[in-house]
Parts: sequence; C-alpha cells; structure tokens
Amino acid sequence: MNKRFTRILATSITAAALVSSLGACGKGSASATSEGSNEITMWTHNAGNVEELAAIQGVVDAYNQSSDAKAKIKVQAFPQDSYNDSVVSAAAAGKLPCIVDIDGPNVPNWAWAKYLTPLKLSTDLSANLPSTVAKWEGETYAVGHYDVALAMLARASDLKAAGVRAATIEQPWTEDEFQDALTKLKALGKWEYPLDMGTAGSGEWLPYGYSPLLQSFGADLINRDGFQTADGVLNGDKAVEWAKWFRGLADQGFMATKSGKDSTQDFLNNKSGVLYTGSWAADKARASLGEDLVVMPTVDLGNGPKIGGASWQWGVTEGCANTDAAMDYLSYSLKPENMAAVAKATGTIPATEEAAALIPEFAEGGANRIFMDFSRKYAVMRPETPAYPFIATEYGKAVQDVLAGADPQGALDKAVKAIDANIKSNGGYKN
Amino acid sequence: MKNSPRLSTLNNAGTMLLRILFAAVAAFPIVFMLVSSLKPDTQIFGDMSSAAAFLPVGNISFDNYAAVFDRVPAARFLINSIGISAVTVVLGIFINSLCAFALSRMEVRGKRVVFTVILATLIVPFQTLALPLVWWVNQLPYFELSGFSLEISKGWLDTYQVQIIPFIANAFSIYLYHQYFESIPKELDEAARIDGAGWFKIYRQVVMPLAGPATATVAILTFLPAWNSYLWPLMVVQSEELRPVMIGIQYFFQLNVSWGEVMAYASLITVPVVVLFIAFQKSFINSIASSGVKG
Amino acid sequence: MTTSPLPTRPRPAVATAPAPLPSAPRHRRAGFLREQISGWGMIAPAAVLLLLFVFLPAILGFGLAFTNARLISPRPVEFVGTDNFARLFADPTFWRALLNVTYFAVVVVPVQSALALAMALLINKKFRGVNFFRTVYFLPVVTSMVVVSLLWLFMYRKDGLINELLSTFSFGLIQGADWLNDPATAMPAIIALSIWQAAGFHMIIWLAGLQSISGELYEAAQLDGASPWHQFRYVTWPGLKHTRSLVLVTITIQALGLFDQVSVMTQGGPLDSTTTIIYEAVRSGFKQQETSYASAISLVFFVLVLLISAVQRYLTREKD
Repeated sequence: MNKRFTRILATSITAAALVSSLGACGKGSASATSEGSNEITMWTHNAGNVEELAAIQGVVDAYNQSSDAKAKIKVQAFPQDSYNDSVVSAAAAGKLPCIVDIDGPNVPNWAWAKYLTPLKLSTDLSANLPSTVAKWEGETYAVGHYDVALAMLARASDLKAAGVRAATIEQPWTEDEFQDALTKLKALGKWEYPLDMGTAGSGEWLPYGYSPLLQSFGADLINRDGFQTADGVLNGDKAVEWAKWFRGLADQGFMATKSGKDSTQDFLNNKSGVLYTGSWAADKARASLGEDLVVMPTVDLGNGPKIGGASWQWGVTEGCANTDAAMDYLSYSLKPENMAAVAKATGTIPATEEAAALIPEFAEGGANRIFMDFSRKYAVMRPETPAYPFIATEYGKAVQDVLAGADPQGALDKAVKAIDANIKSNGGYKN
Repeated sequence: MKNSPRLSTLNNAGTMLLRILFAAVAAFPIVFMLVSSLKPDTQIFGDMSSAAAFLPVGNISFDNYAAVFDRVPAARFLINSIGISAVTVVLGIFINSLCAFALSRMEVRGKRVVFTVILATLIVPFQTLALPLVWWVNQLPYFELSGFSLEISKGWLDTYQVQIIPFIANAFSIYLYHQYFESIPKELDEAARIDGAGWFKIYRQVVMPLAGPATATVAILTFLPAWNSYLWPLMVVQSEELRPVMIGIQYFFQLNVSWGEVMAYASLITVPVVVLFIAFQKSFINSIASSGVKG
Repeated sequence: MTTSPLPTRPRPAVATAPAPLPSAPRHRRAGFLREQISGWGMIAPAAVLLLLFVFLPAILGFGLAFTNARLISPRPVEFVGTDNFARLFADPTFWRALLNVTYFAVVVVPVQSALALAMALLINKKFRGVNFFRTVYFLPVVTSMVVVSLLWLFMYRKDGLINELLSTFSFGLIQGADWLNDPATAMPAIIALSIWQAAGFHMIIWLAGLQSISGELYEAAQLDGASPWHQFRYVTWPGLKHTRSLVLVTITIQALGLFDQVSVMTQGGPLDSTTTIIYEAVRSGFKQQETSYASAISLVFFVLVLLISAVQRYLTREKD
C-alpha cells in the first residue's frame, strides 16, 4: 500500500511536469505577448465550420505566400456560439489579437470601448453592399466579405394546392395577403402549424429576425435621432400593433409560440408549410426540394418588407502592434476573388457585384441572386449605437415574453425602461 | 432470514423489477443519444415521436462519427481533457487529503476556524467568480524553462495550468476526506507514533491506505467537473491545441446544425467517463472489502 | 461556527483543551511545536490555493458590486455605494428568480435525496449484475449538463418523446403539455430533468455512507428477525446520520445555484417562470455587460446561501 501510494505520487508529479511542459510548448501564439512584429494573429468565429474556415485559411495562405506580405497572419478559430464571450474575456484581460471577427451590430460598442481602431484601407468600399461596411461616428471600423438576408421559404406545390400566389420582389405579400395565405394553408390540414417563424431561436436571432418586422410596421428599436431613448418608438402604437400581430399569429394557430429546435429540418420534414429564415438555409432546402422550393421576400407590414443588414465583419484592434500589416491584409482579403471564395464557402451574399459575378448562384440569373436583391432593397441596419448589445438582450426578452402571452404594452414598456436607464447610466454612450 | 423462501423470491423479483425500472429511466435519453448518433438528421427528426427513436433502425451508419473528426480535432481535445482531468484528480487527491489529515487527526491550533472558512468556499458558485478570476490569473507570474534559464512572464491565459491549478484545492473533497478520516481509529496514529513515525509517514502509511472509498469518491467527483468544464476554458483558452472536449460541442452549432454529428460527438466524449467510472467503482468496492473499515 | 455549510462532527474534548501549560515536560513541547509546523505545512497547499483562486476573486467581485464597473466601457469606474442593490431589490425579475429557485429547491431537495437513497439501497447489496446497474444509474451524471439539456429539449417538444410515452402508457388518456413553453409546466419540466441528471451523484454519496455501516449490524438484526423495514429504520437510517446532512446540504447548494439547464433550455422564460438568481447574474454580467450589477446579484446570492446553510445546520445540529 505504501509503495503503491508513493508510486501514485511520483506518477502524478511526473504527469504534472509533463503537462506543464506541454503547456509551455503550446502556450498560445494567440496571446499578444508572443506576437512578434512579423506575425500577427487573427481571430475568427468559424471553428467547426469546415468550409468557411478553409476559405478564410485559403485567403490567409495566399497572402502569407505573396511577396509583398507585410506580416505573417496566423488564424485562430473559435466556435461561433461562444465567440463573443471568448473575445470579451480576452479584452478584459488585455489580450486581444490584431484582427478580429465581429458581428456587425456590435461594432459601435467595441469602437466606443476603444477595442477597435478606424480602418485605413487601400480598397474603395463605395461599391460594397452598404450593410457590409460598419460605420460609427463617421469612421469605418469594420468591413465584411458577405451579408445574409431574411426570406420565406415554401413549397410551390403547397402554395398551388392552397390557391395562394407566391410572393415576389415586385409584389411582396401584404399583411392581409399573408393572413389569407396562412388561413388557406392551414385549411389544407397538412400541418399543425403552417408557419414556422423560428420562435425557438435565442440570442442574436431574436433582434435579427424580428426587429425588421417591427420596422416594417413603422416602429423601431430606438429613436435613431441621437440614440438616447427608446421611448415612444419601441413602445409606441406601431410597436404595440406589431406585438399584437406577432402574438396573433400564434393565437390563430398559424405558428408555434416555440418552434422546434431546428426549423429548417422541420420544414424539410414537412412539419411546416412556410419557413421564415435566412439565406443560409436556402442551399440545404434546394438540395432537398429542388424545383419545388420557392424563395419569397418577407411580408410588407405597412412600410415595405425589411430585413436585417450586417453579418460578420473584420476589424483591427486598438492595441495591435502592427496596424499597417493588419490593414494591408484586410485590403488584400477584399479582392473580388477572395470575397467570392469566402461567400461561396458560406453560401452567403458576396459584398460586391464583382465578387458576385464569380459565383454562378449569385451572378445575374443565378438561383441565389434574389437574396442579393433582398439585401440591396430591404436591408435596415440594426441601430448603430454602443447601446446595441444591451438593446438586443432587452428586445429579445420582450419578444419571448410577448410570445408567451405577456401584455404587449407592458412587455415593451419594460424593455424601454431598461434601455433608457442603461443609456443614462452610461452617460448617453458619448465619447 | 426468517422470511419464507417464496416470499423472499417474490421480494427479490419485486426489487429486481424496481431496479430495472430505475435503469430504464436513467438510460433512455442516453440510448436516444447513442442511437441518434448513427442516423442521418432527417431520420432523427422523423423518428422523434415514435419508438424508433430508441432503435437502431433505418439508415444506420458511422458517417456522423467520420464527420465529427473532420469538423473537430476530437483526438487532440480528448487527449487534452484526459490530461487535464487526470492531473487535477491526482493532485486534488494528494493536496486535499493532506489538508484534511491535518484538520482531522492533528492538534493544529486554529484548525476549526480554518475548516469553517474552507467549507464556506462551497457556497460561491463558479459562474460568479469567473470574471474576476480571468483578470486575476492574467496577473499571475508564469515560469517557463527554456534551456537552462528560467523565464518569467506574466499571465496564465492560454495554458494548461490555468485549466488545472485553480481547481485542485476543493472544499468538498477536503470535507469528504475529513469525515472519512474521523471514522478511522486514532489509536492507529498513536501506535505509529510510538514506533517513531513522523506525521507525514502516518498520513502515507497508516491513514491513506485505509481511505480507499473516500479516494474513489473524491476521484470521481473531481473528475466530472474537470471533464465537463466549459465556461472556464471558453474564457481563458484561445489556442485550439489547448482546448478541452466540451468546447468541441460548440463547433457543431453552425447556421445549419447537424444533429447526428452533435449526438456522435456527445457519445464520443461520454464513453471515456463511463469507462473510468466502471474502473473506479471496482476499486471503490474492493477497497471497502479489503480495508474492513467500520463506520 | 454554525455558519459552515456542511455538518462537522463534534470535536473530541482534547480539541478545545488549552495548549499545554509551560510546566509540561520539555519533550512534549517540542512535539507540540513539531505538530504545529507539520500540521500547517499540510494545510498550507490547499489553503493557499483556495485563497488564491476562490477568496481573492470573490472579494474582488464583491468589491465591484459597489461600483459602476462594466465589462466593456471606456468610462472610469466609480464608487456608487449601494445603488446596485437598490436597483436589484426594486427589480420584479429578481424576486421572481428568488421565488423560482425556492420552488425548485423545495421540490428537488426532498425528492432527489429520496430517489437517490432508493437507488443506493437497490444496489447496495451484492447481486448478479450489480456493476451493470451501478453504471447505468450513474450514466446521467457523467453526461455533461449541456448535452443532457439538448437531449431533453428534443424530448420535451409537444410532439416529442415524453408526450409520446405519456400517451402510450396511459392508453391515450393523457395529452402532454407543451412542457417548456407553458409558464405552468416549464419549471416542473426542468425539475424532472434536474433530478434525473443529478440523482446518481447523490446515490454515490449515499452509497459511500451505506458501505460504511458495518455488515455485522445487519447480521445481528437479521438474527433478531427484523423485517427489511425495521432493518432500514433501526440500522440503516441511524447509520446514515452524517451522510444525511451532507446530502441535504449539497443538494440545497446545487439547487440554489441552478443555471445550466435554464441557460440551454428556456433562457429564463416563458414569462420569467424559470429564471434563477445565477441565470440573472450571468445574463447581466456577460450578455448585458453590467459587471457591477452582476456582482451585486452574486453577493446577495452568497449571503442567502450562507443564511440557509446556517439554518439547516441549526436544524440538523447534533443534539448531544
């Protein structure tokens, strides 16, 4: 027993030594301290997304091998769901890398916190989709290779059976038409709920997916004049009208107040007739349904269809030791062929026409071209204020409460109160 | 003993039925996970509302497992987690039992206060400590041996030790050992002291060999949180080559989730723990049998 | 000393005896000093680690509760006194969270301890297949809570497995609810899942307690012709005295700290019916970046658990 114990102890000490030496070898090249002037680190949100990561890595490799590369770029990938938490922890510890991936609407918050430095690129961004260029207080802080677009998917056969016209970009469904379509689809008796709005979603999906509906009613998340209050905008008559309409979809049995965990799968398994989702679901749906798939714009609830603008973008951090090289790499990555490679791998909308021309699906007449039109025509940016992350959580909670049966006015008033208090306690988020 | 054989047979059958019932309840979600890991997504959702969810029927293959290794450096993550958990467990057993030994069997002044203060740490949930702790570990010095010179740099972020050292000392383990040590007769120590044994020798040769069941329990209870740790590595580990298995779960939540792969990965990271449990529970029972410790 | 959360055994009389008098023999004093040095040397590693990685960050966090610190902000941190607490106590969501956690604990603590004990009793004796059952009972514990929550999310769907099973076994009489989406059933659903997941953990603790009861006691009881119930009542139950308090306290602390399930499955909804104190702390601290407010919640939580532990310690105190 004695010998055995000594042996265990000895083994453990050896193991500890081994692991700490492993740790020494593996000690993060991601941390700022080990960044030489000739290597800079870039964080991305796409660990696990094999195609997207490979595309980004491809661009980086090409840059690193080019003769006029100003530094070697090293990619460090994080899983998307927890990416923000990782970045924020690193920022709190002062260990951000040179180049970061950011979800577009968070850019003003990070710029305000001085995590980001204004971009000085050699590329002309005027031809890019406006929603792929993140500006705050007159400066450009981030730029994206792509955007995504909200849309509605359905089967042509179902619409035909119900006697419903497919919505088009020239003639989207109006609120009444939408009501009528859902009534007819429900009457087919094929599904418990004809519509799936992805109501089981959480996090950023809630403001991304549902604030455009609010905006189509004529309301908004915040008064964009100075971004100081949400009062009268997020809890005004039009906002309440939106909330009642949204809740009404559930009350009438058109949609579940909490959809399945994977709406796309449910749609493809014929558990819903109309799916409200993003352009990312289109390729999968087309592969499964083929010609039967219809891609429709979102509903015009009074002020034309609206969709959220801005997806993942790139920025350069304030503490970067080699800003020059970081800017140089970003300019390089914005070449049409690079943007096309990334957009192709992700099934997203390329940021420029030149890039789109390189992808058959997005070139004129391509199957996904319609998403580019949606983006150009309907995109509304989420409010460009440092208060956005807070607004997003409060609005998301209001959406969930309304769906669960809360009084619409009460739920929205509560969100407004919290948002206004937060803005005030941050000194209006002024510099 | 006095029960009639028939009654006791009936009794035994009833007990066995109860055991099987509990086992069925405990196992059914896991069976669902294992079975789903062999199916394509469409079928997982299609089978959801029938008994087929528990049966490996339909389009069965190991495709999901193959896909898992394409998406996640699963082997690397497994090795990391095994190493991190093993070291945490071994050092935890040593340091916590040592502390409990002094608190239980030695007349150290002030030990009651120390014990109470140690137990108070049980109340602090880790989630509330996480943020200040990130800042704090980044202030700690880091020693690195390069060649023959010792280099000191600041900050533990992005290392193995930041995933191990904060979790070695554990009030619950100290408590379990303490309670167990109290049940071992103190006369044993005195006999050893008369033979001239020092305190560490008593700890090593007298008490620890008798504490097998406590060690097995502590090992299992230390291993689990180390293996399942998720929030912490998310915050402090940036390099992919240092990440533990739980972070890997996040790799699957892309815009289009492949649930079959999620299930395959979840199965993959659950199996080692089950194997470990089986190994430990054997020694857990053996040590009780051999040590003859009485309550 | 009643504030320590776990039950401790009464000290033997020596422990409280004063230090040896100066008149004690020389060699005894030397031994005393040596015992102090070795003793503290053995306590030190664990104590230092706990100090560094629990106490310091906790104090740091509690300090933040009295400031306006934010996770992301260019603004300087200011001392704001008890502002965060005033805001917290005026927040209906906080009180709702407190109520939810109480509800959760009041159901989970007795039910889970009882089920865990039942499981431990079922597999305490040696029989063919005991290892199999032990392993199966422990399976839910070794599965990560994140994975478990995802699995149950599927099963709790309106057309999911749980309702399908309910309907089959009741011959169509019971039509299951939309469990996680109804304010009335969401918390019970989370309770069921939590008990399912954690009962195996406490089974292990019960089992350790059962194993420490001498087999001779059972043999003696059997010779006296005691029925299984009497054996349980007069041998097992008293023998589990310390284990009982241990299980009670650990389940309580675990119940009050409810977080993972809620975070994955309901995000506190519907209508705040499943939100908890820790969930609110994490939501404020991470998602809403209000570090100081989250710290205030943590501090209140800490005091609360301390109070409850003290009450439990008082109620289960040694009566001798």
